[in-house]
Amino acid sequence: MSTAGRSWTYRDAIRSALADEMRSDPAVLLLGEDVAAAGGVFKVTNGLLEEFGPVRVRDTPISEQAIIGGAMGAAMLGWKPVAEIMFADFAGVAYDQIANQLAKHSFLTGMQVSMPVTIRLANGAGLGFAGQHSQAVENWFIGEPGLKICVPSFAADAYTLLRQAIQDPSPVLFFEHKGLYPRRDDEGLPAVAGPHGAVVVRPGGDVTIVATQAALRCVVEARPELERLGVDAEIIDLRWLRPLDIDAVLKSVVKTSRLLCVQEGEAMGGWGEHVVTEVVRSGFGYLDAPPTLLASPSVPLPYAGGLEKRWMPSAEKVVTAVQALVQW
Amino acid sequence: MTGPAATNGNDAGESGTEPDHRLPARAGLTSAQLSSMLTDMIMIREIENEVERLYSRGLVRGSTHLCQGQEAVAVGACRALRAGDTMTCTYRGHGAVLALGAAPEKVLGEILGKEMGLCRGLGGSMHLADVERGAMGAFAIVGAHLPIAAGLAWGHQLRGSAEVSLTFFGDGSTNIGGFHEAMNLASVWRLPVVFVCENNLYGEYTPIAVTTPVERLADRARAYRMHSVQVDGNDVRAVYDICADAVDRARQGAGPTFVEALTYRQRGHSRSDPGTYRPAQEVEQWLARDPIDLFGAALVAERVVPPEWPDSERQRIIGVVRQMSEEVVAAPEPKTVPAPFEGVLA
Repeated sequence: MSTAGRSWTYRDAIRSALADEMRSDPAVLLLGEDVAAAGGVFKVTNGLLEEFGPVRVRDTPISEQAIIGGAMGAAMLGWKPVAEIMFADFAGVAYDQIANQLAKHSFLTGMQVSMPVTIRLANGAGLGFAGQHSQAVENWFIGEPGLKICVPSFAADAYTLLRQAIQDPSPVLFFEHKGLYPRRDDEGLPAVAGPHGAVVVRPGGDVTIVATQAALRCVVEARPELERLGVDAEIIDLRWLRPLDIDAVLKSVVKTSRLLCVQEGEAMGGWGEHVVTEVVRSGFGYLDAPPTLLASPSVPLPYAGGLEKRWMPSAEKVVTAVQALVQW
Repeated sequence: MTGPAATNGNDAGESGTEPDHRLPARAGLTSAQLSSMLTDMIMIREIENEVERLYSRGLVRGSTHLCQGQEAVAVGACRALRAGDTMTCTYRGHGAVLALGAAPEKVLGEILGKEMGLCRGLGGSMHLADVERGAMGAFAIVGAHLPIAAGLAWGHQLRGSAEVSLTFFGDGSTNIGGFHEAMNLASVWRLPVVFVCENNLYGEYTPIAVTTPVERLADRARAYRMHSVQVDGNDVRAVYDICADAVDRARQGAGPTFVEALTYRQRGHSRSDPGTYRPAQEVEQWLARDPIDLFGAALVAERVVPPEWPDSERQRIIGVVRQMSEEVVAAPEPKTVPAPFEGVLA
């Protein structure tokens, strides 16, 4: 199905990807807390129980270990389960199942089994859910070989990449930024790209800005102001954190000589640090300024609206960081 | 003990001519099947003894968790399974994987980290798997495989194939969260899974009474409205009977069963543990109820095998294992790590 030019929301795109996969592949199953009768707390799976029935769309107990273990067991028998972790923060309950079991089982068995499990996780801050329902937890898993990590920023990508994830023989953590659910791809951006690697959302020559999900949307929003200031920014959407397409970033930095990473969540131990490290290691000679990582402060996410806003990446912060980079 | 096992737990050696009074459906084990069960138990014992020797020679990396004394649980339970069923077990899983039919040389090869090992030398002692035979994995985080065993049962249920997932775990696993999530899911989804708890009285180094407020672990199943039964885990026929019944229930859609098999770990928790915290009298009592000795004596008393056969079979297997061990020790280690999903079978 072509997704180019569709004006659907991020939520609709994900629901359509699930429905289209379930229509085309009878091995695809959905399970999770409130995914069936309630249609999901974010209404992403709304209507799927009605179309596909209670055998393939299954409400589970509030048991994240059983959800992931259940998906894993079924996957070893050829099913393609899509497990929902209602708020990505709850992945902590199943950390062993994800990081020790799901990620490593194929390897530990000497590749006797594939592991076509997709875990959908509602991720990220901005909606006032406070410190245990708002974290961007992709960085909890970034150092785990055996996992793929997908972080779509646009509806069209969410559709394509989720279908790709479901058919992948390895486990994929598919992070859905909950602040993006109602958003449309209305910025006149390229609607679709291939399934792999990073994409250049906007070409430019002065500075490379790398971001994902809600932070990427902030960068896109910042671009008119940057243009007004005479800065021609190249914007890269990583889309996948594992595998991470560092070559796309290096190629851009060779052209721009400046790097800004914008990451939701604190700097330490995140993908932004990895990108900076790799660019310093492999692209040092091309740099005209120290690579910069714009990340959240090192505190748990605060509840109060003004504080949460200050914790989040924003277009204003992006503009300030870019100005510092180009004036260095 | 309660349930059918209570009537047929310990009498095998005393009643050579008494007709078999076990569950009618199970009465039909042939002499050949019975003697091959003893062969399997001896093979597990001698492989474990060999691993112990190889470990002391410095040829086994890391740690290894031996199951001498628990062979009757592995063999009795796995005999209740058929092709298409799946089995999951713990890091103390050499016996379970052998009991399901894995080639002993490949088991030994994996424990020694060889290319010809079951898992190409990538998993080692704690991660034996033989997926072709239904051994879907051995898991090294206590209790972590129980949700996965429930997931396998869900996969079987979705196929509508009357296949069953059977999983082994220790008494210590009943205190970890994943156990309770798996028990609950299995019961509420009526999954075809048999939970076989090997209660060997110690969670690693600590006696069960220190860590667990119930004496009878089978009681924990009641909280999940799950059928449960306790069985003498050192009586291979009793284990077989109970597990075959549980497997049948699962095949017929009657849902999961919790089987508590009472047994004893004749060694310490792992190779760094001599097990000195155990009272000498307790160890003696359990060694006197060695499952292989008990079953061998029973088969002799019942005239299933000639009197000298258990010993001669043991000597034969010792020879086989020694020869095998020399070949496996000489086999090459893997040279490279395969790319993800290179050579995936299933």
